[in-house]
Amino acid sequence: MLELQNLHVYYGAIHALRNVCLKINEGEIVTLIGANGAGKTTVLRTISGIEKAKSGKILYNGQELNSRSASDIVKLGISHVPEGRRVFSAMSISENLEMGAFTRSDKSQIKKDLDNIFSLFPVLLERKNQLAGTLSGGEQQMLAIGRALLSRPKLLLLDEPSMGLAPLIVKDIFSIIRDINKEGTTILLVEQNANMALQCANRAYIIKNGRIDIEGNAQALLNDEQVKNAYLGG
Amino acid sequence: MDQFIQQMVNGISLGSIYALIALGYTMVYGIINLINFAHGDIYMVGAYVGFALTTFLHFSFFPALFISMLVCSILGIIIEKVAYKPIRNSTRIAALITAISVSLFLEYGMMYFVKAETRTFPALLPNKQINLFHTNIVLDIRNLYIIFVTISLMAILQYIIYKTKVGKSMRAVSLDRDAAQLMGIDINKTISYTFAMGSALAGAAGVLVGTYYNSINPLMGVAPGLKAFVAAVIGGIGIIPGAVFGGFFLGITETLVSAFGGSLYKDAVSFTILIFVLLVKPNGLLGKNIKEKV
Repeated sequence: MLELQNLHVYYGAIHALRNVCLKINEGEIVTLIGANGAGKTTVLRTISGIEKAKSGKILYNGQELNSRSASDIVKLGISHVPEGRRVFSAMSISENLEMGAFTRSDKSQIKKDLDNIFSLFPVLLERKNQLAGTLSGGEQQMLAIGRALLSRPKLLLLDEPSMGLAPLIVKDIFSIIRDINKEGTTILLVEQNANMALQCANRAYIIKNGRIDIEGNAQALLNDEQVKNAYLGG
Repeated sequence: MDQFIQQMVNGISLGSIYALIALGYTMVYGIINLINFAHGDIYMVGAYVGFALTTFLHFSFFPALFISMLVCSILGIIIEKVAYKPIRNSTRIAALITAISVSLFLEYGMMYFVKAETRTFPALLPNKQINLFHTNIVLDIRNLYIIFVTISLMAILQYIIYKTKVGKSMRAVSLDRDAAQLMGIDINKTISYTFAMGSALAGAAGVLVGTYYNSINPLMGVAPGLKAFVAAVIGGIGIIPGAVFGGFFLGITETLVSAFGGSLYKDAVSFTILIFVLLVKPNGLLGKNIKEKV
């Protein structure tokens, strides 16, 4: 479904991604893990068209995405939940969700999808007229995911959904991620919580200093001695 | 007391002009963090467009107002595309210098075409005084026109920003540009809309002032532009209600200071208030301290 071929990305003089190759098949949960600053977020931002690749290709169902604008990429069915949630704090919850459906014009279908989001996250319905900035971290994460789903993505990019959340909430979020995947959305999950991510994913890539270091079956990596020592706390 | 009420009406009228111009400053600042110093000159261009339409083509007030707003919005879009878009990712000082250059370009470019002399703007509105409820309070009907037009425009703007998709996307972009892009919002289009709306309001202000004071010149935008900027900062730049509040506050203050004998000091009073606000509440009177939740 999505394929990154020999991707190089620079921030000014800094070589942030070096020759990154990555493949996601339809229906999978693929996770990308690695230390702080390894380039995980950059991979997602490049896929969504916020950063531009210096060389290499991003292919989505055979189409090249490199030269497309971020808004085109959303229209093609890729939705990105950014790191730190980034909800529109001074807008209400329903306005945030409305922004998620920005590229769509099928009003009656949007209404139905909105009802689905509210049944997935009932807390958002209770507070739909409240400003998003007043929500707790976990609720903001739910809002960010709900907002991303309203563009009807075929591929959902999640950037550290567990960041800064209490362990119980993290569990909820991961079970929601699995549910979303069961409904047919392919997922690329970036995480620092390698343990949770590997348990949830089908396949995994480990990124180190901008390069893909290890790739493989998520279960196998969970039992790999080298990965255990470096990323799973021994 | 009668004089106080009359002066209040004058103050509200002047304040509504400041507010109209301040809105453009604040909207542009909210979306691209740029103080658009050319904004006051867009107001001047608006006045000249109104002047040309009414003097040479004999348009009446409302059509002239409308066309002038349209021309100014197109001018705003062009200025953004030509001057500001190429330097969007440069330093803020570069953007500021560009804005000042655009301002000078508009002033002296206009002077080249229309000459530096002051022109007489035709009196479009009935210059009538009315007595309020048979008291001694005399109101100039043109003030009422100005207040009516500005309040209507502000209501329309309010509606656009809070109720329409375009307005909501403008708010989203100003809150978080990256996140807005991830929603599929086209940043360039949104910035163009913002410039169009802000400039249209400035154009309207130009026509209103032209017909009120009956005289226009190519440098007429400098002082009101600066005052409107002060108003936007007093209210809290980037905050729309702040611009409206700051505009009325400044207009009323200046008028009352002039009315009670201090007309020589009115500008000094305005800027003293600005300095005071910046010292005590740098985010503006309606501004909030920005806190980020991690």
